Amino acid sequence: MEASIGVLLIRPLSAYLQQELCKRYTLFKFWQEPQHLRREFLREHSNSIRAVVANGVQGPDAEMIDALPLLEIVASHSSGLDKIDLDKCRERGIRVTYTPDALTDEVADMAILLTLATVRRICEADQYVRRSEWKNADFKLTTKFSGKAVGIIGLGRIGSAIAKRAEAFGCSIGYHSRSQKPNSRYKYYPSVIELALDSQILIVACALTHETRHIVNRDVIDALGSNGVVINIARGSHIDEAELVSALVEGRLGGAGLDVLENEPEAPTRLLGLDNVVLSPHVGASTVETRRVMADLVVQNLDAHFSGKTLLTPVI
Amino acid sequence: MESMAEKQPSKIHQPPEIIVLGPPLVFRTYDKEFSSRFRVLRPWESPLPLPQFLAAEAQNTQAALVSGVVQLTAAVLHHLPSVRLVVTTSAGVNHIDLVECRRRGIAVANAASIFSVDVADLAVGLLLDVLRRISAGNRFVKTGLWPKQKSYRLGFKLGGKKVGIVGLGSIGLYVAKRLEGFGCAISYSSRKEKPSVSYAFCPDIRTLAANSDILVICCALTEQTHHMINREVLLALGKEGVIVNIARGAVVDEKELVSCLQNGEIGGAGLDVFENEPSVPKELYELDNVVMSPHCAVFTEESMRDVYELMCGNLEAFFSNKPLLSLLPEE
Repeated sequence: MEASIGVLLIRPLSAYLQQELCKRYTLFKFWQEPQHLRREFLREHSNSIRAVVANGVQGPDAEMIDALPLLEIVASHSSGLDKIDLDKCRERGIRVTYTPDALTDEVADMAILLTLATVRRICEADQYVRRSEWKNADFKLTTKFSGKAVGIIGLGRIGSAIAKRAEAFGCSIGYHSRSQKPNSRYKYYPSVIELALDSQILIVACALTHETRHIVNRDVIDALGSNGVVINIARGSHIDEAELVSALVEGRLGGAGLDVLENEPEAPTRLLGLDNVVLSPHVGASTVETRRVMADLVVQNLDAHFSGKTLLTPVI
Repeated sequence: MESMAEKQPSKIHQPPEIIVLGPPLVFRTYDKEFSSRFRVLRPWESPLPLPQFLAAEAQNTQAALVSGVVQLTAAVLHHLPSVRLVVTTSAGVNHIDLVECRRRGIAVANAASIFSVDVADLAVGLLLDVLRRISAGNRFVKTGLWPKQKSYRLGFKLGGKKVGIVGLGSIGLYVAKRLEGFGCAISYSSRKEKPSVSYAFCPDIRTLAANSDILVICCALTEQTHHMINREVLLALGKEGVIVNIARGAVVDEKELVSCLQNGEIGGAGLDVFENEPSVPKELYELDNVVMSPHCAVFTEESMRDVYELMCGNLEAFFSNKPLLSLLPEE
């Protein structure tokens, strides 16, 4: 009898995904193991585990990869790959797949939602009603979104989808990326600071690499200015969070809408009390529809690999 | 010698007189500027009840600036015998007795489509908030729950959803354009079909609701549209349907809406307007799939500036016998 293929699932992700994996493979549920027993758990099952399902927040690092000698493929339930030790995977000849298009729309939607929520104070307005404050006084004046100058860092799939949506609001679009896109109708800026100087809303939409860590730093925040707003749907480490918090507290930056934080799920205390900041718990891709599509893609990639077929969305 | 029987000409250094009722937010925001251009009567500063104040002070006043929530009834107009112009700071005119104004020959000017973009933006924001639960998510993070409860309930995708727009005026059109950018399919209902738009027209509201995942209410409040969104329409929208109202509370049967939300008969609601503002049904406070805002869709600095200029423009045109900028067309 053919030995069943072991798949390690790092985080639960969705009941649907677990169900589909169980139908085809022996599923090992990493998150259910207490922290201190995890090394032992991997050792115990290292003879069976041939695949790891990673995600945007936790992927196999060098230690985990070393603990799994039979690992052939990492299928990530994410678009971001910064948590996977890709060098190690290349070294070992381990295939890596991801889910690049499944969440483009949702994440772009979240970028616009965070912008609207921050600039139009929607969450604050909702609180105002729920606290029965409306009986005392009208709500405050907020700022218009339509027609504002939007600057996007990273014009990949997600950045382009954000641009398309912002255009429907009559916004002007500028962008910065590693290289200028030859067919783009949007204005290219060779540096983030120049982009920030010309923008009222700055949206981070690039991949996290060594070069882009803290790409939004003090200088960029100063260039954006006291009426400017930063929106981050990429990775917490794209922004120098300490500088961001100071700038917000001191009024040097107008506002921020953040779906990601440097040390999530921990948030800087000073950020929690600010009305001009909207925070959300890394749910840019968390819709019922997207989870389903991402789960299907993970399973399809695994199925393709183990039946010797071409991978659908390989990275390596 | 002064001529002109119609209007009293401005004497030198004597700005024209206006009565302000409300007062509207734009007046409170631009009080100094208004006061430098007009002599302003301020009933809210007087201990007298309004009818007495008007009888004592406003018998010769020719123009009134009113907010969108002041009920300008025939009874109030009776105390303003010289008024020939009413300027309202709202787009809606449901608070003005238009029949009485027509009878008296009083011109009415409104905010026309000055606010439409900001209102459309809020409609989209409320809709996305209901689907993606950002107000709830913001509360979740700010109350320190994220580290304790690592995962969060999933939201719903906007793209690919079928949107039914009720009333395709300037606000409805701006909403449609924005939602198309997110990949939504747009249909609409309106008093009359608009041949110049590419969106599918649906003459019947109940059918529009049945064929839509999302209903966005963008129409004026009239006798015909009062409680137009009733239980039947809400049930047709269905368990996963979302309704957004940035028009007037009374277009929707609020009691039925609350009941449908509580019973899960519709999926969620984004509401900027209510039947008895500033009162809001307390039952809605408990619901995570409801996002509310205090009738503030037009409260942006930009819109306030724009409506200030429009209101002044209308008043100055009136006092110098020029055509009004945003005269309400005869129906």
